[in-house]
Amino acid sequence: MIATDAATRPVLSVEKLTTSFKMAEGWRAVIRDIDLTVNAGETVAIVGESGSGKSVTALSAMRLLPPGQARCEGRILLEGRDLLQASDAEMRTVRGGVIGMIFQEPMTSLNPVFTIGNQVAEALVLHRDLSWKAAEAEALRLMERVRIPAAKSRLNEYPHKFSGGMRQRVMIAMALACRPKLLIADEPTTALDVTVQAEILHLLRELQREENMGVLFITHDMGVVAEVADRTVVMFRGDVVETGPTPEIFAAPKAIYTKSLLASIPRLGTMGDTAAPRRFPEVDPTTGEAVEGRAMQPVPAGSAPILTVENLSVRFALPQGQIHAVEDVSFDLRPGETLSLVGESGCGKSTTGRAILRLVNPSAGSVVIDGQDVAKAGSHAMRAMRRTSQMIFQDPFASLNPRITIGAAIAEPMLAHGLVGRGQAKDRVAHLLEQVGLSSAIAGRYPHEFSGGQRQRISIARALALEPKFIVADEAVSALDVSVKAQVSNLLLDLQEKHRLAYLFISHDMAVVERVSHRVAVMFLGEIVEIGPRGAIFDNPQHPYTRRLISAVPVPDPARLGQSNPPLGEEIRSPLRPHGYVPPKRSYREISPGHFVQEAIGTQA
Amino acid sequence: MARIARALLNRLWGMVIVLALVVTVVFVIVRVTPGDPAAVMLGSDATPQDIAQLRTKMGLDAPLITQYGQFVLGILKGDLGQSIFLNQPVTTALAARAEPTFFLTLFSIFIAVAIALPVGILSAVKRGTLFDQIVVTLTMVAASVPSFWLGLLLIQAFAVGQGWFPASGYGGPDTSLIERLHHLVLPAMALGIVNSALITRFTRAAMLDVLGDDYVRTARAKGASEKRVILKHALKNAMIPIITVIGLSIAMLVAGAVVTETVFGLPGVGNLVVSAVLRRDYPVIQGALLVVAAIYVLINFVVDILYILVDPRVRL
Amino acid sequence: MMAASLSLPFTRGLRRLFGNRAILFGAIILAVVLLAALLAPWIAPYAPNKLSIANKLKPPSFAHVFGTDEFGRDIFSRAIFAGRISLLVSLGVVCISTVIGVLLGVTAGFFRRLDAPISRLLDAMMSFPDILLAIALVAALGPSLSTVILALGITYAPRLARIVRGSTLVLRELPYIEAAVAMGLPTWQILTRHILLNLASPILVQASFVFASAMLAEASLSFLGVGVSTDMPTWGTMLASGREYMNNAPWLMVFPGLAIVFSVLALQLLGDGLRDLVDPRLAKET
Repeated sequence: MIATDAATRPVLSVEKLTTSFKMAEGWRAVIRDIDLTVNAGETVAIVGESGSGKSVTALSAMRLLPPGQARCEGRILLEGRDLLQASDAEMRTVRGGVIGMIFQEPMTSLNPVFTIGNQVAEALVLHRDLSWKAAEAEALRLMERVRIPAAKSRLNEYPHKFSGGMRQRVMIAMALACRPKLLIADEPTTALDVTVQAEILHLLRELQREENMGVLFITHDMGVVAEVADRTVVMFRGDVVETGPTPEIFAAPKAIYTKSLLASIPRLGTMGDTAAPRRFPEVDPTTGEAVEGRAMQPVPAGSAPILTVENLSVRFALPQGQIHAVEDVSFDLRPGETLSLVGESGCGKSTTGRAILRLVNPSAGSVVIDGQDVAKAGSHAMRAMRRTSQMIFQDPFASLNPRITIGAAIAEPMLAHGLVGRGQAKDRVAHLLEQVGLSSAIAGRYPHEFSGGQRQRISIARALALEPKFIVADEAVSALDVSVKAQVSNLLLDLQEKHRLAYLFISHDMAVVERVSHRVAVMFLGEIVEIGPRGAIFDNPQHPYTRRLISAVPVPDPARLGQSNPPLGEEIRSPLRPHGYVPPKRSYREISPGHFVQEAIGTQA
Repeated sequence: MARIARALLNRLWGMVIVLALVVTVVFVIVRVTPGDPAAVMLGSDATPQDIAQLRTKMGLDAPLITQYGQFVLGILKGDLGQSIFLNQPVTTALAARAEPTFFLTLFSIFIAVAIALPVGILSAVKRGTLFDQIVVTLTMVAASVPSFWLGLLLIQAFAVGQGWFPASGYGGPDTSLIERLHHLVLPAMALGIVNSALITRFTRAAMLDVLGDDYVRTARAKGASEKRVILKHALKNAMIPIITVIGLSIAMLVAGAVVTETVFGLPGVGNLVVSAVLRRDYPVIQGALLVVAAIYVLINFVVDILYILVDPRVRL
Repeated sequence: MMAASLSLPFTRGLRRLFGNRAILFGAIILAVVLLAALLAPWIAPYAPNKLSIANKLKPPSFAHVFGTDEFGRDIFSRAIFAGRISLLVSLGVVCISTVIGVLLGVTAGFFRRLDAPISRLLDAMMSFPDILLAIALVAALGPSLSTVILALGITYAPRLARIVRGSTLVLRELPYIEAAVAMGLPTWQILTRHILLNLASPILVQASFVFASAMLAEASLSFLGVGVSTDMPTWGTMLASGREYMNNAPWLMVFPGLAIVFSVLALQLLGDGLRDLVDPRLAKET
């Protein structure tokens, strides 16, 4: 960072901030005695898991919490002026003028019924006393500055026509419109794909350098922290547990919580020479010390595949054309093996999993499960297939019926398939619950009584009830907090070893994928662009998209601060094609045994 | 523009289908009459010859499908049949009664919206305050009052008691428009107040909904004033559901008008329908039902178009 | 979460149910009205049709708390007996419209192919203002207690069907329904255990609003003289006949009117309270 006189003066300093919410039983503090400072030109990250109070801290600083329902005590000094004493009118000049803010949800943070140009210009009209005409001209300049392609024509469009990454650029343009001294970014890249995240982080860093702004960056992702932050504040359940320069926090964490947080985050490139998956490190919560997990067994060679997918295609017709969600996808999966399908949102990985289980109907191709082609199976063969294959979903809150006890939910498939009578069902449920690490006594409870991680365990128990041979795990650990994520992943690995389960592991999280997979398939716009053994994909990626995907993953290593590759710019990512479009026939090149890469055709890169 | 044109065509097609179904439903309703409609219409002292004559006149001797065909054909030609008792075409009878109903509906929707929008918005903004609680309670009570009963109370209070407004009637054919509207004040108030309750509650709910949205927070983070946040950012989004409920409440106003017209002795369509029911004048009931439903479908079409104008996301 | 009172242990559910002031008030008023109607023959001080010309048009007094009508009949007793008819009609309407509405709504929401035709039909049915459609149906079927119930039931069924269809569409996309499909559960089991069970709350809420609307509509029909036969006292017919005397005997229309207002209010409170309880988004705000 540029070291000027201004850089040493704090833009924001928060002293003994305690924010309380009004609850039924009275005021309850959700953050306590928070101290932090942000200097000009400096990035300070607040990191913590859900419920740590990091967003409340940011909203308190902007005084955006609903008055009457939230109360702040302490001091929030913006260039020496206490914002908690400022009048409403003064606060309005601060918000959007001196402090700019961007939020986590780019999809909902823009007003859907006003044009982009109008919304960016509004900030200028409010603070810089420009006419609407002048403001729109300035808005155009701002949009070009955040590198929105064809900014002039997009000025008059509405937010729903913009992708998530583009909307976040608009939010940044809006926040920076009045050249604020401080930018508060509340999980600005959490909802975005990893390559888009890399682009946005890069953009933020450039703009910060140009404007010499202070940035308060809120995130749950230690990888992002390492990439952006000069200093880091670690929060846990409403308290600051540790604060210091980022390299020190990473190299020598003092607080136990920081230690265990750093120990449990999945990191790329920690697999060594093992070909098989490896359990996540076990972290002792009392000391924060970690023990590296043991490697799992490799897949025995020569066993017949449990699942063979050939030339699978799924298309959805729209009035404007056809979505080629999945196009000519082929792979197989053997008992005891995990094949990960990776790629970014809209690449067709989930649709592939759902088509295999016939939750959507394939348009072409064959899916052979345990010797049975189910792509065109009638209802009888389907019923048999429903026993051999199961699915685990992403959202632990929506994957259990809220009105049925978890015991009944787990027993339901066994009863429906006539595997057990009502009498034995109870014992089987107890056994299954114990297998996923839960007490059998909880069978009579309802889903809302459990945490996200527990619910995901319950979903796994339910999936195991039919003794399936293979399971589609659709982002099964993505919604969980870091420590829980590691535990549930370990459970999946243990169960695989015990029951010789085959997993089709669908995920966008490259670090988890590296841990749990035997093989990896990379999808892009509905096609597999590269497939092979895990080591080959991660250590020797061949396809340009695979390389880009892997290099975009933030690495929790502050030595790399500000060094990530400049992004390539957002491409058009839509598998929407005109009617009658015939996709080109792809061919694959074998790099090493089992490692295939899609060949570029013609002029296509 | 192309987007709007395509959306219009789409909605137009949907409207035609619904209208066709409306016509069919109306046809079916009159045919489900147990026994012979002609006999029912003429009462117990009719001779078999009279009944046979009426059957022929109403076309009841033809097979059902032919009757349906003739019914549809008639509608396309603008012929809704012949009123048995008024001895005139149904269209003529309806046209003669259209004006009071039209003005009553217009007048009362105006009253309802004029009360509901400001009160609903204010109540949402001042959520939890005494004002809000009073509004919530009053709207709850107002929504429970039958509009005809409120009409009777208003007559007691302002017509019989004070003599400010006429208690009934619509003035003669040669009275001035002002005079006729004067007759409509009390009925429109009865209807408007009851319906404003629904729209107020809906406006409040819609505003509360959008006030919690992320983009409202964005607007505040930009430094927009509360007034701007509410009247610009929140209201335009809230208008989307509010427009729908105003469209819906027009149908409820028409339903309410049927009863209110009877209370205030207004010679409108509602009055015509009620007397037609009492006289078993099926063609009139059928015609009125059809016209009112068609108007409602048209209003819905207009609401759909407003939707497209307000909300750029409307799917095509 | 949709986990409302029904899935909680009984006592906790009750406490939540009645911790809500709206539900408490609604339930109390409704209980009074229901009890009065059920126990009418024992509560009513006079027979509802007992004539006493000598006592005609008496204002409220100790002997006749609500006064007497033009034939000297006790208005309090008549209002209580009228409540029976009103409640009977409204309950019948709720049952009919719920059965039809749930069938149509779930079918339209769950089976994609049937959605468009059913939805269009619902659109068409909802194009008729409720009273007008009911009047036409009563006229066609001939006026009687059962035809009024049937006519209003048909009139309000589309409203329920719409709500049920909407909720079913949302439910159908939820992972636990997909999980049920992936586990190979038979369709009927998915529909009953997973869809219907979770629809119980929205149906209950909407049914209480239909109950209220049916009560108002029945009163309107009776008032117009096209409802249930005129020799049965209903609040609507009492208002219709009381109207002629409203200048000198306003109690003829005040008390039956208040009976309607309170009953409808109770149902609206109940519906509103239940909705707050069921919809976590709204519940949080109060």
